Amino acid sequence: MIDARLYLLQRLTAIAMLPLIATHLILMIVAINGGLTAEEILGRTQGSVGWALFYGSFVIFAAIHGAIGFRTIAYEWLIPNIRICSVASFGLLIVLIGLGLRAVYAVTV
Amino acid sequence: MKHRSHPLWKAFVVHRISGLALALFLPVHFFVLGLALEGAESLNAALKFSELPFVKSAEVLLVLLLAVHLLGGIRILILELTQLSWDQRILNRSAFSLSVVIAGIFLWSAV
Repeated sequence: MIDARLYLLQRLTAIAMLPLIATHLILMIVAINGGLTAEEILGRTQGSVGWALFYGSFVIFAAIHGAIGFRTIAYEWLIPNIRICSVASFGLLIVLIGLGLRAVYAVTV
Repeated sequence: MKHRSHPLWKAFVVHRISGLALALFLPVHFFVLGLALEGAESLNAALKFSELPFVKSAEVLLVLLLAVHLLGGIRILILELTQLSWDQRILNRSAFSLSVVIAGIFLWSAV
């Protein structure tokens, strides 16, 4: 049951991220032209509620998607113990959400 | 081992490896952006490091992995969630080719 829910959650987060990743790819290509500076990045993002929501949701979706994928790959390819894999993937989820939201805070507030 | 001769076996492995690589890269990416908390100088120092050729090459590889994972993921969603009976091998080749084009545009923009 839990596996079915995680499977569904991974697909839902994948669908939710499609426009976010496409935007991120386009933005990276545009922004890196001529070199990146902190002033340029922060000038675009600081004080922007829109970018905070964009990247905040991106971080949460990516963290959930990545942690579920990591759990599956770890179990099937590395450690044939689902409890250990679940604990490790939960650890990855916490690290990704923690560092990710800290990064969003750093560039938008 | 018979499944490994399936035309989409490589696509399956590439999707997993690219996803794993992206998940393990994200903490580094977030850490670097978090340097902005210490001021623009700290972030600029990290961005200057990213100008080194081998770091730039790694960035291009990451863009390729992101595009491969995105477009390969769309192929999987079409396969699993729709009734469309498109040729998966053609979709897979198209996804990989477009990913290479995206990474190429990024490289062209970065140099």
